[in-house]
Amino acid sequence: MTTSNTSAVDYNFDVVRQFTVMTVIWGIVGTLVGVLIAAQLIWPALNFDTPWLTYSRLRPLHTNAVIFAFGTSALFATSYYVVQRTCQTRLFGGKLAAFTFWGWQAVIVAAAISLPLGYTSTKEYAELEWPIDILIAVVWVSYAIVFFGTLVKRKTSHIYVANWFFGGFIVTVAVLHIGNSMVIPVSAMKSYSLYSGAIDAMMQWWYGHNAVGFLLTAGFLGMMYYFVPKQAERPVYSYRLSIVHFWALISLYIWAGPHHLHYTALPDWAQSVGMVMSIVLFLPSWGGMINGIMTLSGAWHKLRSDPILRFLIVSLSFYGMSTFEGPMMAIKSVNALSHYTDWTVGHVHSGALGWVAMVSIGAMYHLIPILFNQGRMYSMRLINIHFWLHTAGIVLYIVAMWISGVMQGLMWRAVNSDGTLTYSFVESLTASYPFYFIRFIGGVLVVTGFLLMAYNMFKTIGAKDNSLKPLEVA
Amino acid sequence: MDYGTLRGFFALLILALFIIIVVWSYSKKRKDSFDDVANSIFEEDKLDTADKTRHPDKESKQETNNNV
Repeated sequence: MTTSNTSAVDYNFDVVRQFTVMTVIWGIVGTLVGVLIAAQLIWPALNFDTPWLTYSRLRPLHTNAVIFAFGTSALFATSYYVVQRTCQTRLFGGKLAAFTFWGWQAVIVAAAISLPLGYTSTKEYAELEWPIDILIAVVWVSYAIVFFGTLVKRKTSHIYVANWFFGGFIVTVAVLHIGNSMVIPVSAMKSYSLYSGAIDAMMQWWYGHNAVGFLLTAGFLGMMYYFVPKQAERPVYSYRLSIVHFWALISLYIWAGPHHLHYTALPDWAQSVGMVMSIVLFLPSWGGMINGIMTLSGAWHKLRSDPILRFLIVSLSFYGMSTFEGPMMAIKSVNALSHYTDWTVGHVHSGALGWVAMVSIGAMYHLIPILFNQGRMYSMRLINIHFWLHTAGIVLYIVAMWISGVMQGLMWRAVNSDGTLTYSFVESLTASYPFYFIRFIGGVLVVTGFLLMAYNMFKTIGAKDNSLKPLEVA
Repeated sequence: MDYGTLRGFFALLILALFIIIVVWSYSKKRKDSFDDVANSIFEEDKLDTADKTRHPDKESKQETNNNV
């Protein structure tokens, strides 16, 4: 807009609305599949003796659904919203933005069909076979064009820090996905990796850990840097720290992958580099967390009355917890105890349910009323209930997995005086059953929370425009 | 130059870049402009929703913390 006209820019919120609604839907689907496989670990009969419902096929479906369907839809929605609002301009690319929505949903549906049928490349978090990988690459490059095109035609002089994080995440995920998905196809749904042996393993965890570092961290930090200040109605604690945070985080994360391959055929020096870089990574992670939480400095009272803000701030505490736990687990001697146990599963879920899901849920509750012309969500009470269900669910989940994991690690390494193993593997599995049940209960609470969120969302969308007025805070 | 020396120089280069980024972002000269940017996410509300009931807190015009 060249005039001083103060009327609104004609933002493209259609695509943001689509991704927002699908975030909530995929949140339910992804966590529901998680609860099903958690139940299968207690009651194996729940696979009903059908190959399509076996744990081995549903587990990648669960991880793909929560990371790429739920998490990435949330990132699409928030990045498209934030880049338009902070650049004061309409989304670049016109129909290309709509293509990223339909293309991405097609990827998710293809995953939901091909994984239960047993098509897999066997690479963790990159299980999808090559035709789907190509579609992902096309959609992702379109995403980059839409996002960076919008930055180029911005009406503001500065690029707000949230966009730096979103931009870093988009570029790196493109490089990671294309690099790790290099394969030689042998048939329509079967391919072999271009890399071999330890190099293939290193490529896989270079991809795998940076999927955590850039998709599940940098992208969601972009979300944090916009929605925490917005919901708190205060500017970020330190904008300068956010700049140092960005450069330190992106330059360190890329080196941390080898910590997934401790005590393997990967050369020792590479394992040690991965370990050291993972420990150093603690600093930018906590710098970012402190920057987010301290944004509330002087306004802590808002946490008492605002459940959305509570989601956002508690997500940062879980972020702090898991980015302390992660570097610790990357230390080789700690990893010797934790690797291959439930401790890893607990760690991942403290990051995924605590950080990623909570910051997304908070951002969605902030966004839904704005996108659908309302002053607030249909029910603030339901948001509060959702908060407590979700929090209780995570605590049950991760505490159960911590105890179970440490116990497994100790049982596996226990030896008798003659050098034989004290426990068989099955004995450690039997010992884990009670904790699997607690984990299942935690998962049920999380899914229940998501169902309340969906109800609340559809009630908000269905309400007459502007009929829901913001509540006056006492 | 052998590979080890090259890597050594590269590490120093990265360290120097990091120090430059810290000095640049924490220089006194830039504080005001960074404060403006930090507050810029609230400007859009005034432009777009001037007619609506929503308005950001008065507090939101505060500077970011002086010590950081």
